[in-house]
Amino acid sequence: MTLTAAVVRERVRRTILERIGDTPLVPLRRVGAGLRGELWAKIESANPGGSVKDRPGLWMVIAAEVEGRLREGAVVLDATSGNTGVALAMVCAVRGHRARLVMPDKVSLERKRVIRAFGAELALTDPLEGTDGAIREARRLAATDRTHVYVDQYSNPANPRAHELTTGPEIWNQTDGRVTHFVAGVGTSGTIVGVSAALRPRGVRIVAVQPDDALHGIEGWKHMATALRPAIWDERVADEHRVVATDDAIAMTKRLAREEGLFSGVSGGAAVAAAAAVAREQPGRIVVLIADGGERYLSTPLWE
Amino acid sequence: MAVTVRLPGALRDATGGQTKLEARAGTLADVISEIERRHPGFRSRVLDDSGAIRTYVNIYIGDDDARAKGGTRATVPDGSDVMVIPAMAGGTA
Repeated sequence: MTLTAAVVRERVRRTILERIGDTPLVPLRRVGAGLRGELWAKIESANPGGSVKDRPGLWMVIAAEVEGRLREGAVVLDATSGNTGVALAMVCAVRGHRARLVMPDKVSLERKRVIRAFGAELALTDPLEGTDGAIREARRLAATDRTHVYVDQYSNPANPRAHELTTGPEIWNQTDGRVTHFVAGVGTSGTIVGVSAALRPRGVRIVAVQPDDALHGIEGWKHMATALRPAIWDERVADEHRVVATDDAIAMTKRLAREEGLFSGVSGGAAVAAAAAVAREQPGRIVVLIADGGERYLSTPLWE
Repeated sequence: MAVTVRLPGALRDATGGQTKLEARAGTLADVISEIERRHPGFRSRVLDDSGAIRTYVNIYIGDDDARAKGGTRATVPDGSDVMVIPAMAGGTA
């Protein structure tokens, strides 16, 4: 069975998972003031699990079900720095699957607690190795214990497919086809690869953004030159590649809260900083994806 | 006497490829200054212009978050294990 939006929708009918997607698109009137292009933000914190990762989390689990991989006793496994873990834990709670998430130790307390609240198990890895260390541990667990169904967000085609068939079409419809640019960060790369597949053939310019340094504070994003490369990543899906410094991302995250009433994670501030740079140079209707909300980072130094 | 400082792969370029260093015990500022002398440019990767630990960097002295122990004024006792990690796990994610 080919995974389509209709198949996914039917499987989650009359559950909280039905509310994944169809997130708001709002103009950034103050942050975008005086720029050549208009800035519009896609607010992914409006998903029930609080982030854009609800989309691939749902689609990867439904794909595994459709493929017959989630038999009795199976444990959904993935490596995550947080949001995908929350999404998978929530989806698995609804679908009746066990979940085990591998995360670097010392990630924010909120995410560990949310994941455990959904009944999933956590395996913590050396924080010095970051998410790449969690990926290596998930690979080891998948190879040594066959009850694991390793959904592997970095390689799973259901990840970009979720964005190709939901995020991209939503943006097209919400802008009445007037979107000219799409700007998003690269982590697993599922968002940018999937939205590119949906919108680039319609003439939308795709802008992929990365941190400017291997040591950064932009949660979920990858500095590709120094990180394990996701199998689904393909630089050619983007028309432009930009970088953002963490300090600029933090400054924009604070502006979003104070000037737009948008309490975003740092990755949202990073994406908007990049989108504003695009809008300074180019006219058009520029849609930028804000991946999650700031609540998930309250225990980090950012909001002290 | 010495303390051990462990660094994430993301800082390897700042220390000539090393992710495990030794320094003399003292305050955290002393430890960072000693590494800075050996590897110029290291300090600015972990501290901001005001000399505070960067928002997106966490430094642990043993199990204690250095921020809760006075930041760069925190004491790093002899034999301590100091760990520098991105404050958000996405550091090399």
